[in-house]
Amino acid sequence: MSEADGILRVRQPIGVQYRWSAGPNATSHLQGLIEGRLIGKRCPGCELVYFPPRNGVCPKCARILGADVEVGPRGTVTTFCIVNVPFLGQKVKIPYVAAQILLDGADISMQHLIQECEADEVRIGMRVEPVWKDRSEWGPTLESIAHFRPTGEPDVKLGAEAGAS
Amino acid sequence: MRDVAIVGTAQRPSQIETNLTSVELILPVIHEALTKVGIERSEVGFWCHGSCDYMSGQPFSFVAAVDAIGAWPPIVESHVEADGALALYEAWVKIQTGECDVAVVFSNGKTTSGPIDRILTLQADPYTVAPLWPGFDAMSALQARVCLDAGVVTERAMAEVAARSLADAKNNAVAYAKGDHSVDELLARPYTVAPLRAHDCGLPVDGANAVVLAAGDAARRLAKRPAWIRGIDHRIDTQRLGARNLTESNSARVAAQHAGVGHDKVDVAELLAPYTHQELLLRSALGLDADKTRINPSGGALVANPAMAAGLARFAEAAEAIFAGGADRAVAHCTSGPCLQQNLVCVMEGE
Repeated sequence: MSEADGILRVRQPIGVQYRWSAGPNATSHLQGLIEGRLIGKRCPGCELVYFPPRNGVCPKCARILGADVEVGPRGTVTTFCIVNVPFLGQKVKIPYVAAQILLDGADISMQHLIQECEADEVRIGMRVEPVWKDRSEWGPTLESIAHFRPTGEPDVKLGAEAGAS
Repeated sequence: MRDVAIVGTAQRPSQIETNLTSVELILPVIHEALTKVGIERSEVGFWCHGSCDYMSGQPFSFVAAVDAIGAWPPIVESHVEADGALALYEAWVKIQTGECDVAVVFSNGKTTSGPIDRILTLQADPYTVAPLWPGFDAMSALQARVCLDAGVVTERAMAEVAARSLADAKNNAVAYAKGDHSVDELLARPYTVAPLRAHDCGLPVDGANAVVLAAGDAARRLAKRPAWIRGIDHRIDTQRLGARNLTESNSARVAAQHAGVGHDKVDVAELLAPYTHQELLLRSALGLDADKTRINPSGGALVANPAMAAGLARFAEAAEAIFAGGADRAVAHCTSGPCLQQNLVCVMEGE
């Protein structure tokens, strides 16, 4: 409480804590990341493989996802953005590349960093592979992967449907 | 005005601390409702969802719920940051515009994944009340105290509401709390937030439900005995608790008048009364006589209160009473905000 300018003010921070559940269908995906594996889920209807498995549901078919499918570890850049803007809490030195990566065997792309090359060398169709953090730092998060880096393989030509997310 | 009816409902049995996500919670009830009515997703012209992001602790979490209904090919959908009963009101308006004939309304509440008493406090006036975190139960207890002091309710009458609700819940697969208790036994229990005892307060559970609405001929085709919506109205009292007479619900009374509750006898009334004294206030505001009208035969929110879904559950229960022929005229009600601030009242009839 302060009265600096004759006006009474009360500071009253509010907050709540939650018991958040990833749900049974996303749990194998998160468990995989703890173990250094990339696990997606296949829709029993349209057979698309989701990595990550969203909320455990195929948004096209409105069905609960089915079997676990191990994907990657390599993938293809489907689109990307070179970040030049500094912002509060930034963890990576600018300029850096945030890319959508379609892991081999998956049907939706995921976002991650591309490092170990110049930002202006990144291109759509570029082949990349994950660089995992030290095993002691693995957790139920895609941040278990430090970044992706170029594999040096020839570029992949992406069809109109590839990488749609 | 177009004739609009509820033609099908589905409700999920209540759970405590489910490990399912909200999307996983919703998906099966959507399928069940569509299967019961016998339509495909592609036949639904409008989808409307009721939920609260504060309950999941994630901004825009409701967007994920679209996964549960499937968004390809593109669909027409909307969301209300409120109970699913308000989503039903929006869907009813949408059908009135003539833009669609069939709508699905659904709601979900993972009430037990966070401190619901604190979360619901965020419905209070954000400037002078919410920052003080009075607690939703505590605000309701203050209302109960005012009502007891004014002689509008008695603790015995409140316990009678709880006893009847718990006994009726034995016939309701969705209910969580159920059983036979004497009024004296309930009155002997300790206060949790005086003058409320645990059984005076709605039981927080995780739940989800879905209701199918249809207009005119579509409704007659999809249901043997549609529950025709004859009147529906939503009114709101001021957010300033100190400016309201808490011993009555003015907005509920006005909504009931505009919905036409008093035009004929009411066989069944499903009232969203999260506290026992509030059922007594609502009965009075809606002009319902408990000797002539079955009040909350489902057990109501006292036996299962999935926040943001408990209001739509009342609509589902009232409609089911008409489907089954047990009622010709039914009232469904939803409240939100502290101390019965907002009230939605709907009258349904069978043919």
